[in-house]
Amino acid sequence: MNNNIVIAGIGQTAVGEHWKTSLRELAHYALEDAIKDAGGLRPQALFVANMLAPNLSKQSHLGALIADFSGFVGIEAVTVEAAGASGGAALRQGYLAVLSGMVDVALVVGVEKFTDVVDAGTETALATTLDSDFEAVQGVTPTSQAALLMRRYMHEFNVPADGLAGFPVTAHANGAGNPNAMFRRAIKAETYARAGMVSEPLNMFDAAPNADGAAAVILTRADLLPPNFPHPLVRISGSASASDLLALHDRPDPLTFPAARRSVETALEKAGLTREQIDFFEYHDAFSIYAALSLEAAGFAERGRGWELARDGVIALNGKLPCATMGGLKARGNPGGATGVYQAVEAAAQLRGGGGANQVAGARYAMIQSLGGPAATAVTHVLERVEIGE
Amino acid sequence: MEIPRHWRLRKQRYGLVGEVCPHCEAKIFPPRDVCPDCGKEAKTKFSFSGQGEVYSYTTIYNAPSGFEANVPYTVALVKLEEGPLVTAQLTDVAEEEVEIGMPVEMVTRRLHQDGDERGLLVYGYKFRPIGFAAH
Ligand SMILES: [Zn+2]
Repeated sequence: MNNNIVIAGIGQTAVGEHWKTSLRELAHYALEDAIKDAGGLRPQALFVANMLAPNLSKQSHLGALIADFSGFVGIEAVTVEAAGASGGAALRQGYLAVLSGMVDVALVVGVEKFTDVVDAGTETALATTLDSDFEAVQGVTPTSQAALLMRRYMHEFNVPADGLAGFPVTAHANGAGNPNAMFRRAIKAETYARAGMVSEPLNMFDAAPNADGAAAVILTRADLLPPNFPHPLVRISGSASASDLLALHDRPDPLTFPAARRSVETALEKAGLTREQIDFFEYHDAFSIYAALSLEAAGFAERGRGWELARDGVIALNGKLPCATMGGLKARGNPGGATGVYQAVEAAAQLRGGGGANQVAGARYAMIQSLGGPAATAVTHVLERVEIGE
Repeated sequence: MEIPRHWRLRKQRYGLVGEVCPHCEAKIFPPRDVCPDCGKEAKTKFSFSGQGEVYSYTTIYNAPSGFEANVPYTVALVKLEEGPLVTAQLTDVAEEEVEIGMPVEMVTRRLHQDGDERGLLVYGYKFRPIGFAAH
């Protein structure tokens, strides 16, 4: 089997509040960019990543809608939903489709439109990703779940009150260099220490902002690329997905992310790499605490010590393991189901050498990870820059 | 309106009725008919004592619809004395008085209201500090 599956094209919209732009238009802008970037490759299958459109925009059936609106009537087109991991999950479906040989060119587009509702609507929609009978019925939300984990984590591992500051500080420093980021201003650790609480001990810098956005990638086999393909090649070398108990209270140890661990181990094994070879890591920092727990699950830090990598600058652009290199969810913004596709676009850009002000020097191997809730779904991909003919 | 769903769950909501595994004695809440510890069938009913302690807690200011009238409210992961964790609101206590490890007991209270003032009232378990006299 030819397993040289490459990311041939990438596209994205800026992340933010797109009051004047509809869900279908956002998706169209991103996929149009990706197709152009791929030298005009036409997709035979469309995988749409989305988390909340049926709820926020009263619109389901996005596969047909976006294929139709974007001029691809007739192609295979479906939606992939796995809460916050929808983007990673759709990327994996596109990868599997091309890997199977049944599809030559797959288009994966992640799109989320938060600003179609205001007030309690957003929290209500987000709460549908929890266990409805035993979590959401108590008025719990994804943000308060993260706060519950953060409080317990700080308690068990004696983390100081501003111990997680390094995550948003790093994210905002990197967001400053990403023209598509929602927040483009660096913040100081003191700003974090003074920030207003969202859900104690989680403050406004510990939660990534929900925002509108769309990102897209074109996947194909390396041998199907047009002649004179203009970009360095980026291959998907490893792909894995795992799930965990949905409700936090059902987990034997809520302070570990076993699905994240399994997906990292499998993705690395498929890629034939060790975690030490990874040049940068796009983790799912929907909340600072999730970044810490993801670093631990991936084996980059011991249990209870993931936060130290942020404190010590290990995850900075010039550190040993740069993370959130384009701002991550925190500063680029968190467009829900589109987020995992943004990670693929950003990592591919880095590996092509197109990271601009935020270029990770000499990057060859990237790991990207998309989480649904507190890693009830975890999808991990390893991307690799390869030479043509390699 | 989701009357059938809330009716179906009444034994859990009002009585904290879960299961005990006949193979390994694990206590299970919420009930799931398959033991999370040993993977075998576990359908024997078990009523939890309702006593436990706070594993973690936080306060919610941005509430989903149906809970706006409760804001701010404190939610917790409560470790039941029989073993399982349960997600629940805390009641009869100010957030600043809560701490990890605090002993709590189950009480039945109104959880939320669906829709307007004529909407369905949903009752279920909350937890309050043990030995705490309600104001
Ligand atoms: Zn058992």
